[in-house]
Amino acid sequence: MAKFKKKPKADPGVSTASLPDIVFMLLFFFMVTTVLREQDLLVEQKIPQSTQLQKLQNKTLISYLFIGKPKNVGLYGSEPRIQANDVLITAPEIVQWGNQERDLLAEADRGLMTVSLKVDKDVKMGPISDVQTELRNADARRVLYASTAKIYED
Amino acid sequence: MARSKNRTSQEVNAGSMADIAFLLLIFFLVTTTIASDKGILNILPPKIDPNVPPPDIKKNERNIFNILINANDDLLVEGEYRRTPEGLDQDIKEFILNFGAPTEKGSALWSTLPASLQAQALRRPESSDDPTEAVVSIKTNRGTSYELYLEVFDMAKKAYFEIYGERVGLTADEYRTLTGDDEASKALQDKGKEGIPMAISIAEPDKIGGN
Repeated sequence: MAKFKKKPKADPGVSTASLPDIVFMLLFFFMVTTVLREQDLLVEQKIPQSTQLQKLQNKTLISYLFIGKPKNVGLYGSEPRIQANDVLITAPEIVQWGNQERDLLAEADRGLMTVSLKVDKDVKMGPISDVQTELRNADARRVLYASTAKIYED
Repeated sequence: MARSKNRTSQEVNAGSMADIAFLLLIFFLVTTTIASDKGILNILPPKIDPNVPPPDIKKNERNIFNILINANDDLLVEGEYRRTPEGLDQDIKEFILNFGAPTEKGSALWSTLPASLQAQALRRPESSDDPTEAVVSIKTNRGTSYELYLEVFDMAKKAYFEIYGERVGLTADEYRTLTGDDEASKALQDKGKEGIPMAISIAEPDKIGGN
């Protein structure tokens, strides 16, 4: 009978319209989670706060030194240590490290190499002064004391 | 049933997909902290050559603003005991802009300063001669905490940035954010610091209270 004529059914396949969204979502996820920290921190890092912050324009010129009390006190002791890349080093090794880091830069940029000192709040000036002496020996004299913006209470 | 005939579309509505994606994006944007490369820049002095004796610098005591910080984190500012570094930035600013006995270079600099900065010159005979001569010296012990050292260093920088900013009609914060990338900001930056070197000297720490 004409009344029960079969209607042409729409294609029941899963829509692919959302695929781009899913892809973007994944893309954003990986963009956000990767790259940000390429190194495992072996020392404690509570960065001090200050007001007169300056931002460096060129990220490739920066090398990082992390200074603080080791997280694994049983293995490395409780005195502040210096971390360069993925290992803990002693102050005299900074000269060699500095030269290696400088060699990674383009020839024209070598004079602008900046060492970002990420120092824990609880460190005393003694180790910092040793590091600075070694940096002078390595002729890596541009130093950035890493710091976060201070929030005023008033 | 007759009603079921009307179902033509079996698709799941995908219109909200973009909303979900944006929601997630915003969530991650808000929760992650991107490691920033902000900090206080310091240029260390060159290595001392053991064969060359250190230059004998004659500088009047009045041209040096002495800040000593001991292992107990007490301060001695120009021979005066202080418990906290509060207000140090103002003192340093007054010291730099003192113009007690300007040299030739100092007098030339004086004439380029705006009236607001000229008005801040106290002309005390016991303070600095002029900004080209003034040096801020920070000396610590090995046992001084890094946090306090950075705070004092920050104050000294603040004093200089305030002067630079005021000279070109900006606040210290606005002056600091000048990148120097384009002509206009570069010109402002140079005009601000022209003739006033940022002379902050970090002395070798004493071997007290540290290791």
